[in-house]
Amino acid sequence: MGDFRPTASWDNLRLRAGLLRKTREFFHRHGLLEVETPLLSADTVVDRHLDPFHVTAESSGQELWLQTSPEFCMKRMLADGARAIYQITRAFRQDELGPLHNPEFTIVEWYRVGDGPDEAMQLLADLCQTLLDCGPVQRISYAEAFERHVGLNPHTADTEMLVRTVEQHAIQRPSSLSVDDRDGWLDLLLVELVEPHLGNTAPVIVYDYPASQAALARIRPDEPPVAERFELYVAGIELANGYHELVDPAELERRNAQSNQQRLADGKRPLPEQSRLIAAMQSGLPSAAGVALGFDRLVMLAAGATRLDAVIAFPQDRA
Amino acid sequence: MASYNTSDFRKGLKVQIDGDPFLMFECNFVKPGKGQAFYKCKLRNLIRGTVLDRTYKSGESLEAADVEEIDAQYLYRQGNTFVFMDNENYEQYELSVEQVDDAWQYLKEGLNCAMVLFNGQPLSLTPPNHIVLRVEYCEPGAKGNTATNVTKPVKFENGAEFNCPSFVEIGQLIKIDTRTAEYIERVKE
Repeated sequence: MGDFRPTASWDNLRLRAGLLRKTREFFHRHGLLEVETPLLSADTVVDRHLDPFHVTAESSGQELWLQTSPEFCMKRMLADGARAIYQITRAFRQDELGPLHNPEFTIVEWYRVGDGPDEAMQLLADLCQTLLDCGPVQRISYAEAFERHVGLNPHTADTEMLVRTVEQHAIQRPSSLSVDDRDGWLDLLLVELVEPHLGNTAPVIVYDYPASQAALARIRPDEPPVAERFELYVAGIELANGYHELVDPAELERRNAQSNQQRLADGKRPLPEQSRLIAAMQSGLPSAAGVALGFDRLVMLAAGATRLDAVIAFPQDRA
Repeated sequence: MASYNTSDFRKGLKVQIDGDPFLMFECNFVKPGKGQAFYKCKLRNLIRGTVLDRTYKSGESLEAADVEEIDAQYLYRQGNTFVFMDNENYEQYELSVEQVDDAWQYLKEGLNCAMVLFNGQPLSLTPPNHIVLRVEYCEPGAKGNTATNVTKPVKFENGAEFNCPSFVEIGQLIKIDTRTAEYIERVKE
């Protein structure tokens, strides 16, 4: 087979190694402890749009999940008293394959107890400036971003209005996107009209997402309520996602059940709703913020490349 | 009928939409980290040549198109029908003047062409890049003129006409580029 060689150049692989070292130095300087958690776990995040690989042990038949992010185990560490931790590890997401996606990727994830959204966004901005050697990081709310680039309020516009806007911009609409799937239409507008403008002049953090897109973030009961979730964009590319973490186990159980209903409606298998994370939350998860960053994309941007295979030695088709 | 799920979508896939075969020649996966995955695709209609822009969301599927490429030999023309034979299984296929289109100018008995079949029926025909035809008639050229930029119409054995340099003579074998319909060179017997 002629394709045994890495797709990434050695210049880029050296750049990658340098950025890994800088990342570790950054967290060490900020007093975060490096930890390691399992890639294979009995638990998995229950998310409508995340599909974990599952692995079955031939001998026992035990089913385990390759982690889509290390968040469950890291939060269990917080519940056990950890104050500030980070990890550089692999995460796996089925079917995510393209110039900016590889089903196996390197994720940098960190948590700090006591942080609210503001402190967490500041730490993320500092890391971004350190690693990308760029100017100050801007902030824009999800609502402002939509008002500026789409011309509507994403929290109050009804689905009909979103569909009409998609049509007005002559955006191709997937035929199976249901008229009840409000978040699906918001996502379509986001990828088509908003994301291409984000972080082009300077990196930008988008914050305060619709409550329906909270995932594992806390919801702030404003009018309208918003999810305390934020995302870092550089040159139109999503680099990191952060939460002011949900700590209420009953709310997590409710969201898990809802995600599974959506998965079933989408024709996907439901995922286990009970987990050791729920037990950890029941015992008491301290107020904290956490962020996950796509390290391969960061290296790609630092290298001035446009595809992940320029910075991943062996992407999936050569793995 | 086989079908492709969005997770199978990639460049080069041949699919069927509203009964027509399409080639997916671009497929871009986009997904907000916590949101819906979309596949932004460009597809070329293999019959009409038109291009379709379509966005699919994960979980959708497209029917596979039964499209295959065979090596077919040109046998003969009967009125408005061109008859070919699959070199592997000797199956015969008939193509209309419309289907053969400009390619008729290159056809000569025994010529091997690439033929695309859709649901077992001929869809298109591509002659080899270079073919050789014998000159049937042309005006005599000026003796000693070897310039290739002075051309004249030349009629070939199969009825086609191409512009060739003025030194070309009746009875000679000429190599033609089928992609540009241009003279390349004289060929020795």
